[in-house]
Amino acid sequence: MADYPTRLADLPKEERSVSSGHRLCTGCAAGTIARLVGKAVPDKPLIWVNATCCMEVATTIYPFAAWHIPWLHNAFENTAATASGVRAGLDMLMKKGRVPERDIEVIAIGGDGGTYDIGIQAISGAIERGHDFVYICYDNEAYMNTGIQRSGATMHAAWTTTSPAGEVVLGKKEFKKPLLRIVAAHGLEYCATASVSHPLDFVRKVKRAVDVKGPAFVHVIQPCLRGWRFDTSESFQVARLAVESRFFPLYEVYHGYKYVLNYPNPALSKVPIEDYLKNQGRLRHLFRPEKNQEIINIIQEHVDLEWEKLLELAEFSEKSAIY
Amino acid sequence: MTIQDEYRKKGWKNLPPGGIVDRPATALEYKTGTWRAFRPIRNKDKKICQNPEACLICWALCPDAAIKRVEPNELEFDMDYCKGCGVCALECPLKAIEMEQEE
Amino acid sequence: MAKAKTLGMMGDFAVAEAAKLCNPDVIAAYPITPQTIIVERLSEFVADGELECEYICVESEHSAMSACYGASATGARVYTATASQGLALMIEIVYITASARFPVVMTIANRALSGPINIHCDHSDAMLARDSGWIQLFAEDCQEAYDSTIQAFRIAEDKRVSLPVMNCLDGFVLSHSIEPVTTLPIEDEETLDGFLPIRDPLYKLDVDAPIAQGLLALPEFYMEIKRGQQEAHLKSLSVIKEVIQDFGDRWGRYYPVVEPYQMDDAEVAVMTIGSSTGTGKAAVDELRAEGKKVGLVKLRCYRPFPVKDIQAALKKAGAVGVCDRAVSFGSTGPVYADTAGAMVGRGGPLVKNFIIGLGGKDITIDTFRTMYDNLYADLAKGEIEEPVEWIGIRGE
Repeated sequence: MADYPTRLADLPKEERSVSSGHRLCTGCAAGTIARLVGKAVPDKPLIWVNATCCMEVATTIYPFAAWHIPWLHNAFENTAATASGVRAGLDMLMKKGRVPERDIEVIAIGGDGGTYDIGIQAISGAIERGHDFVYICYDNEAYMNTGIQRSGATMHAAWTTTSPAGEVVLGKKEFKKPLLRIVAAHGLEYCATASVSHPLDFVRKVKRAVDVKGPAFVHVIQPCLRGWRFDTSESFQVARLAVESRFFPLYEVYHGYKYVLNYPNPALSKVPIEDYLKNQGRLRHLFRPEKNQEIINIIQEHVDLEWEKLLELAEFSEKSAIY
Repeated sequence: MTIQDEYRKKGWKNLPPGGIVDRPATALEYKTGTWRAFRPIRNKDKKICQNPEACLICWALCPDAAIKRVEPNELEFDMDYCKGCGVCALECPLKAIEMEQEE
Repeated sequence: MAKAKTLGMMGDFAVAEAAKLCNPDVIAAYPITPQTIIVERLSEFVADGELECEYICVESEHSAMSACYGASATGARVYTATASQGLALMIEIVYITASARFPVVMTIANRALSGPINIHCDHSDAMLARDSGWIQLFAEDCQEAYDSTIQAFRIAEDKRVSLPVMNCLDGFVLSHSIEPVTTLPIEDEETLDGFLPIRDPLYKLDVDAPIAQGLLALPEFYMEIKRGQQEAHLKSLSVIKEVIQDFGDRWGRYYPVVEPYQMDDAEVAVMTIGSSTGTGKAAVDELRAEGKKVGLVKLRCYRPFPVKDIQAALKKAGAVGVCDRAVSFGSTGPVYADTAGAMVGRGGPLVKNFIIGLGGKDITIDTFRTMYDNLYADLAKGEIEEPVEWIGIRGE
């Protein structure tokens, strides 16, 4: 059983993935995500394959590249396919003795757009083929890079520029696509949800994903201060509420069927969804000019239903839970 | 001269092939500290945070790696890159960091 | 030690044999008619242990080129094949692969683009990619398809070039037709007797020497980067000629970028690409026997467009008809457009455009007779009456 850092002090001091000098928005947790991935596996050489997304654009404005490691960007929807090729190339070159044999991990990362929607074909194909790589989806619930347009990951009733809250239609009509269940249905050895508010849990999951011989997937919620409309300091607070309100529970799925719930503890009373929603400008229309209890109830019911489904599938493991 | 100046001077003929950047972390030459409207002040009036290695929440969460762990048990806030987001101040469990307006 | 063998091979089969010989490290491909035999044959080689490579059965052509891009970035030798809709689906990544200077080799079994859906031969698929930055070579027969595949790896991976190469062979006409193909006699399979060295990449993803590829280039830099790409592409012509010469010196088969056929005293001539060249040459022979001074120019290398070679080949003719198996709607055929651009303002021949053989419409000796008669008529008038003519379709 692998060793996981149980304190932040166990994480290495050095930055070895993303560097300072990137131009992500002030307070954007995607920067933290990239830093933590690098720190999760400090001894493992990495090749980073990035989708077109905020993380790509803001960290690589030619000729400023904020990456300490080899970094490759291709296009928007094909990160998993590109990573498949990188993996295959590395493996064959090592097999033929043209490069020294090393345990290099291929990390593929993309936003919810490039994973859930336009990228779902590539991720499905790459998992089915069983390539040894880790795919991290950082989910800010919209196509943020192009200006906050809705994605399959956008939550119900959220304002986005293509699902605006108007006089007749109040935000996105559809519910959040259950990405992790779709990924888990492929039967891969390991996939998990994570949150920027729970950094050690995220690090543990990234490390576990890297340790898997084959595809592994981590879906990390990343509240977006620009698109969800909250203060630059609040990304992690909002993420914490997403978890504690059970909107985005943190769990793992082994071999596609064995669910383990990490956070929140089911024994704790639930935080009402209203507490999660009320600080987000993208849901302002549910509170002003007057409270739209009907939609808030719909969201609460949906969260409750999904939570029940999860409890039926999952065992709660305190041992797995490390903040 | 930043890498941007260097690459401007190269014209089209001498740029590295294929649009690559041929060395790591060139963004370190881009000082995002100029973005700041607020700056974090730690332990302003008294030493509230005395044992950072026991916590490190601000260090771990900083999106810009603008907080550095310095031997043996100290933190350094790098104003070259700090964008003044205020995450460190909000998340600090001891409330040891305050955000003050930049001049 | 492999001895040269002459076998009856389908074009697709020959291409697969040639690709196997070149030892690609990674193949990422998706089947599409009429390329399917290539990918099937390569799978068989891998399954039988005759070809050691990572064969990725991707879930679409878009992912095929994406995986090729990723694999090439590591420094591996990469091969794939597609046609028609597959090329259209992956076209975004085709451009990106060229801009990254990754020397992927791809065979295109030329097939018409939908719609309507049509599985037969024309060049609309390759022409879709003509602006992409890939080197494009067109084969006249199955032997050339075999030889071109091998040359392609050498051209692509030459560090002075480092550009992807698209080898075209006509769908069904060549891909599924059996012709005699002579394989290479070689002793050292690893480098084909020194003709094809192990790939030494221009740059690669290396954990010990990190680079970043795929950055966002703002207006300040984008055009400069593209100018650099154009320069590499234009300069590749001299390397292509070197490789053609070397191949010919070793194995006796020469394929010039532009091949004049009976052009010395030709009054009228056609320019062809692909398999119609063979039919055209037969037509020239027939007409010459009847006393008509006709000629033909075969264009083998379409990108980079060999301007000087074309000017030299065409300049003495009176009237030239450029044959296109594709059309740019609202305008002319693409090869004509490039040729007219090369010939304009230089005196020289009248130049017109024939659109032939779309969607597998048969091109016969009679097709050429019609074109030559047409050219003679224009020559007699001293001007082109109809700059673009569609030959071989039923009129009203």
